[in-house]
Amino acid sequence: MRPILMKGHERPLTYLKYNRDGDLLFSCAKDHTPNVWFADNGERLGTYRGHNGAVWTCDVSRDSTRLITGSADQTAKLWDVKTGTQLFSFNFKSPARAVEFAVGDKLAVITTDPFMGETSAIHVKSIAGDLNDQTSESVIVIKGPQGRITRAVWGPLNKTILSVGEDATVRIWDTETGKLLKESDKETGHQKSITSLSKSMDGTHFITGSLDKSAKLWDIRTLTVIKTYVTTAPVNAVAMSPLLDHVVLGGGQDAVNVTMTDHRAGKFEAKFYDKILEQEIGGVKGHFGPINALAFNPDGKSFSSGGEDGYVRLHHFDPDYFNIKI
Amino acid sequence: MVAESMAAQAQKPRWGEMEDEEAEDLDFLLPPKQVVGPDENGIKKIIEYKFNDEGHKVKTTTTIRVRKLAEARLSKRAIERRSWGKFGDAATQDAAGDNRTNVSTEEILLERPRPPGSKQEETKASGDPFQVSKAGGVLMVCRTCLRKGDHWTAQCPYKDLAQPNFMNKPPTPDADKPGLGKNTYVSPALRDKGPGERTPTEMRRRNDENSVRVSNLSEDTREADLGELFRPFGTVSRTYVAFDQKTGMSRGFGFVNFVSREDAERAINKLNGYGYDNLILRVEWAAPRAT
Repeated sequence: MRPILMKGHERPLTYLKYNRDGDLLFSCAKDHTPNVWFADNGERLGTYRGHNGAVWTCDVSRDSTRLITGSADQTAKLWDVKTGTQLFSFNFKSPARAVEFAVGDKLAVITTDPFMGETSAIHVKSIAGDLNDQTSESVIVIKGPQGRITRAVWGPLNKTILSVGEDATVRIWDTETGKLLKESDKETGHQKSITSLSKSMDGTHFITGSLDKSAKLWDIRTLTVIKTYVTTAPVNAVAMSPLLDHVVLGGGQDAVNVTMTDHRAGKFEAKFYDKILEQEIGGVKGHFGPINALAFNPDGKSFSSGGEDGYVRLHHFDPDYFNIKI
Repeated sequence: MVAESMAAQAQKPRWGEMEDEEAEDLDFLLPPKQVVGPDENGIKKIIEYKFNDEGHKVKTTTTIRVRKLAEARLSKRAIERRSWGKFGDAATQDAAGDNRTNVSTEEILLERPRPPGSKQEETKASGDPFQVSKAGGVLMVCRTCLRKGDHWTAQCPYKDLAQPNFMNKPPTPDADKPGLGKNTYVSPALRDKGPGERTPTEMRRRNDENSVRVSNLSEDTREADLGELFRPFGTVSRTYVAFDQKTGMSRGFGFVNFVSREDAERAINKLNGYGYDNLILRVEWAAPRAT
């Protein structure tokens, strides 16, 4: 396959997100402006100008009208997808890290980093259908875990919130009461900071990637480890194919360490694993730095990767990809 | 598409044959340019012939896939979004042809994993371009005359006659030996040898003597590639690429064992300093194994 290279960012990519229909691709980077691209040919549709710091994550509503972004400028912003105008800004006392719309787009979860005496926190905001009713009041604020919360997503029926973070633990919280319901087992769970989390299309299981050079597949209700995928480099990004039983891990050594270690140990590959057999299927090379973001098109026929090198690479699979047998 | 391009490569003259051919610059002898397709899969092929600088005939097969962009089924909303106007920096900065979005010039493949240092028997069988025909089936390759698809080595009409000419081999004394008829099989280890019994250790030593050390290999070079590179000089009994046990990466050197010393010598003369995968190879006799 010949990937499409999209150079819209001047700084390392942080997050990639397809909309539900799979025709738009949103990209966030450490420069301050998220981009939106047409997912078939990679043409840039627009940019969302207004943040004043690195943008860590974004999410798009199911009807593809609204975008929410979390940024290091201590805000999370709502955007109109079509025009790029800023609709609302949630202000925090520390950088916003992870954002996600709940099922139904009536709620959004936003996590904030520990910063200047503030501890990390998970905020739930209600998203008003009418913009004039939008407030910045939190429905609930959950505090507790130490260290940065790198990703927070909604559990089934919005009843729970899952969070992962630098303390290598996956936690399930009750949305109503804010109580901790479950915590991942120290023995079977990750050993180092969890960098990424991605839910399956049907929301029954999810995958986490960690700096301990592995990714794990979890049951979303019981929080048991179903599968473990071991790789050779720290994992920064994970994605699950909605079509085939494949998972993709992206990563590579820390950019900080590139000059200090042997040149051979780069490994800036997106690695494909069989979801069930835990076996490596193959690797897609191309980035000149670690892969920070991965996303599968909801149709499963293309995927994109964003790297420390500032490029988004959009890969449309060759026909033989769909016939791979182990 | 991969098999296609490899097949095109195979048309180029091999290194072992390079000086054996007479240089010709007879452009009118070239077959005309051919355009095939596009077929039902949208594959279009352009076949061109030309003489390169060294006067060798080169066949270039360019395979193009003509793809319809709008074959995916899109929702109504998605079609509507397609006509949205650009906004933000995309409206002001993205002029036509500003290279914001590029299609990679490089073909990126989903590379199947290979256990480091493994012998790669399976990929040799399936991945060797000389054995895979365009239709994907196994192609017959004659090791004696290197002709493809014509006959197997055993049935080669030049088996006795042409081998010395084709490979610049000095005439073997086999035919003169008593008890060795023209068509009798002589094991490679016993060829070119005088009478007398040989013990396995002697053969082993002999093999070590014909070992050629290849260094400054690129990291992507595998045993199969070495075999491909050295086979034109004569029968290769063993290829080996050293892998780092920790990183699983190639350490950049390997060994090739030839059955006969003359072949090894020729390979060294020809390939030492040869540019392979943008590195300059160093080919020399392997130092005898310390025992």
